[in-house]
Amino acid sequence: MFRQASGLLARSFLSSSRSWVRPFSTDLPAAPTADSSFAEAWKKVVPNIEPPKTPIAFVNPRPPTPSSIPSKLTVNFVLPYASELSTKEVDMVIIPATTGQMGVLPGHVATIAELKPGVLSVHEGNEVTKYFISSGFAFIHANSYADVVAIEAVPIDQIDPSLVQKGLAEFTQKLSSASTDLEKAEAQIGVYVHSALNSALTG
Amino acid sequence: MASNAAAPFWRSAGMTYITYSNICANLVRNCLKEPYKTEALTREKVHFSVSKWTEGKPEKPTIRSDTPED
Repeated sequence: MFRQASGLLARSFLSSSRSWVRPFSTDLPAAPTADSSFAEAWKKVVPNIEPPKTPIAFVNPRPPTPSSIPSKLTVNFVLPYASELSTKEVDMVIIPATTGQMGVLPGHVATIAELKPGVLSVHEGNEVTKYFISSGFAFIHANSYADVVAIEAVPIDQIDPSLVQKGLAEFTQKLSSASTDLEKAEAQIGVYVHSALNSALTG
Repeated sequence: MASNAAAPFWRSAGMTYITYSNICANLVRNCLKEPYKTEALTREKVHFSVSKWTEGKPEKPTIRSDTPED
């Protein structure tokens, strides 16, 4: 019985920042906590014993879309080796999605965005914190929670401009001399990342 | 949803997302100032050994390691 309790505690940490990805998540209210069809089928066969709990009973329900838009956006920004921001309440984040810079405000529609190498800026009151992200994903949930995951994220002032210029020149040269598709793709990635770093430094 | 939306250039060149993402991360790490760069390079280190199994027996493993062998 205590094992179940620790399972519940562990799940509540996980589910507060990561909810189930379901289709049409804007249509559904909070997710169900008990498996009703299983319980009914069980009762038909074994009426005297309580139906066992299925995994869905241990999962925290997806938080429902609040009826009024919350005033702040809660951001979780994690990297594989550290958690940069953990449930930080901010006014807005601008994420570098592959479709362009996307501004996320409280009450944003639930979205999953793939990120391209670029600048993530976190706006809180008057202060703006900028990070350069190598690539990753951003999950925006209906209840104004945003999870951003990236492999590398550095504050802009940790980037060395001379190394960026050197890398850009090197990869532009590699791109022109590349032969196989794979080499071309690698060189293109190099050019792209370095020019994004460049514009992050200047912009 | 468009079926098979235009694949990104790395996908059509045969690269997976993980490879692409790791390459991006390595490039960013190489452009950092000291001392952040040395910290970051330790994160890049990989150490694993892979061995294929045939007929219930493992073959000779290939070891990929960035830590120097002592």
